[in-house]
Amino acid sequence: MNIIPLFVIIPLFSAFFISLTGRLFKKGFIDAISGVSCFLLLALSFYGLNALNHSANQAMVYKVGGWMPPFGICMVLDGLAGFMLITVNLVAFFVCIFSINYMEKYTDKPKFYTLFLLMVTGMNGLIISGDLFNLYVFLEVASIASYALVAFGTEAEELEASFKYAIMGSVASGFIFIGIAFLYGFTSTLNMADMSRILGASPSSWLVPFVSVLFLMGFGLKAALVPFHAWLPDAHPSAPASISAMLSGVLIKALGVYAMVRIFFNIIGISAGYLSALMFLGALSMIVAVILALSQWDLKRLLAYHSISQVGYVFLGIGLGTPLGILGGLFHLFNHSVFKSLLFLNSGAIDYSTGTRDLREMSGLKEKMPVTAGTSLIASMSIAGIPPFNGFFSKLIIIFACIQKGFYGYALAAALGSILTLASFMKVQKYAFLDELKEKYRNIKEVPPAMKFSMVCLAAICVLGGILLLPSFKFFLSGAAGVLLEGKEYAGIVLGAAAKP
Amino acid sequence: MSDNPNTGLPAGKAGMSLIVKTITRLTIGLILLFGIYIVMHGHLSPGGGFAGGVIIALSFIHIMLAFGKDIAAAKISRGLASNLESIGALMFLVIALLGFLGGSFFLNVLAKGRPFKLFSAGTIPLSNIAIGLKVGVGLFAIFLALVILEGAKRK
Repeated sequence: MNIIPLFVIIPLFSAFFISLTGRLFKKGFIDAISGVSCFLLLALSFYGLNALNHSANQAMVYKVGGWMPPFGICMVLDGLAGFMLITVNLVAFFVCIFSINYMEKYTDKPKFYTLFLLMVTGMNGLIISGDLFNLYVFLEVASIASYALVAFGTEAEELEASFKYAIMGSVASGFIFIGIAFLYGFTSTLNMADMSRILGASPSSWLVPFVSVLFLMGFGLKAALVPFHAWLPDAHPSAPASISAMLSGVLIKALGVYAMVRIFFNIIGISAGYLSALMFLGALSMIVAVILALSQWDLKRLLAYHSISQVGYVFLGIGLGTPLGILGGLFHLFNHSVFKSLLFLNSGAIDYSTGTRDLREMSGLKEKMPVTAGTSLIASMSIAGIPPFNGFFSKLIIIFACIQKGFYGYALAAALGSILTLASFMKVQKYAFLDELKEKYRNIKEVPPAMKFSMVCLAAICVLGGILLLPSFKFFLSGAAGVLLEGKEYAGIVLGAAAKP
Repeated sequence: MSDNPNTGLPAGKAGMSLIVKTITRLTIGLILLFGIYIVMHGHLSPGGGFAGGVIIALSFIHIMLAFGKDIAAAKISRGLASNLESIGALMFLVIALLGFLGGSFFLNVLAKGRPFKLFSAGTIPLSNIAIGLKVGVGLFAIFLALVILEGAKRK
């Protein structure tokens, strides 16, 4: 049996099953259902990429309802989709394990799991979809679940952040929707491959720039690029820590970066002007957000600003448009989702034990919480780009790619951003973990084992991330970069793969 | 004034005036029936699960506006609404999964029947009923939650 629809079926079924029966069973059973479904998704994404790697085609196409593309909806698993699925489901699995203990302090665990799994459904569906409108529907599923999750604590501050996020998210969805409507009006099809083919066969001089701007605004808002970033530093810290890890770790990448590059590179085709806009916005986010982060005292808010800055690196790399740049950008996307979710889980662990997020309140926690301190040190060094952690390699590739293409200014900006990141994480380490332990924290304990397990596993990936560049693992990244580099040949590949039985 | 036969409460105690209540009592049945009609004929005429579900929800919201939230919540409680909503979603997924009997997700495996007859188009009317259930109780639950929150704020 073909595995592709299972990426949507499993989390959707678990979500509503938990919502229906959550109150009837013991809590352990619900934890088990969501844990098992996240594990299955992770296993399936590895299996899917492996199957793709061994198949003769460059893409696997699943025809929903047996309808032949361009009619009906199809699901496409290619190198980029496989790469994103692994990233999303890896983070989702560890976050799910972390939530088993962490979410005890909130009241309604079944509702949390329902919304969490719906968000995973949305992201998986968006990544796997081969139909532009279906992509939009899944984007909304993931967004609406995340609006609710940001407000999960139902305090005034959280509700305000969620409201702001919902408004900005709806504006973004509106732009994206109008863009899709124009594309549909011009091409009379919603299948992404077919749309790409028609746009290639009969180009339009006004349509492409117009929808490009709409999509840049829409997905730029979802990805929190700098002029569109104002909602993120409120929304991400307000959510429970495990959800902040999902939002910063994978949601902005799946909804923002992935959807944007998929549409631009594979459907409407890229132009030099568009790429330079992407690079400029990326570099701007990189510098502006990191400067804003330097002065923050709320740990989660500081991390949220760094998410904006690190997404800037991803856009800078992808915007270069060269094979090396795209590889670096995607590698940084993967690395950032690992270390940023780890950092948010660390902040959640500190919050769990001490009950504070303010850096000035903490001090000397290393003594009482060695696992949190150790993993946080690893993640901080990864995000700052210290060798041999994974963040170093991806930033190095991006800087090399800038120099290779002659953009010395952007290379310098990337290096500067990295130094400022290091400065801000030295502040985190000093205030949170070093110095004397405060008297009121004499009796705190290290977090429970499930939370430790997630943090240690993610830290191990940070340390070992560099091996993805070795030739035997290279297909993971180069397959994904290859999809973007193939550009509008995507149409032929997908329609060709669909024509085979 | 005599006691209201449907509620047991003295007429006029909760909700709107007697005129509104009487008109509501006459029309809600028709509104509900119209919603069910739209859901059932989703595969034949404009409308379908979503539009019909909205109309079904409106009939219950109508009761809430005219008679107050307690009477409406007695017909469908919040817990029941939330359970029915999950059942609607699971029903839709199960209908989609039925397609695997024929080898593909969402495949229309049932007999298609003759076009433009009520019992035709295989799984499409069943999907419409599932969507109608989900949208109907979902919208009602949202409205109920808003009313309860507003009431809690006033206290």
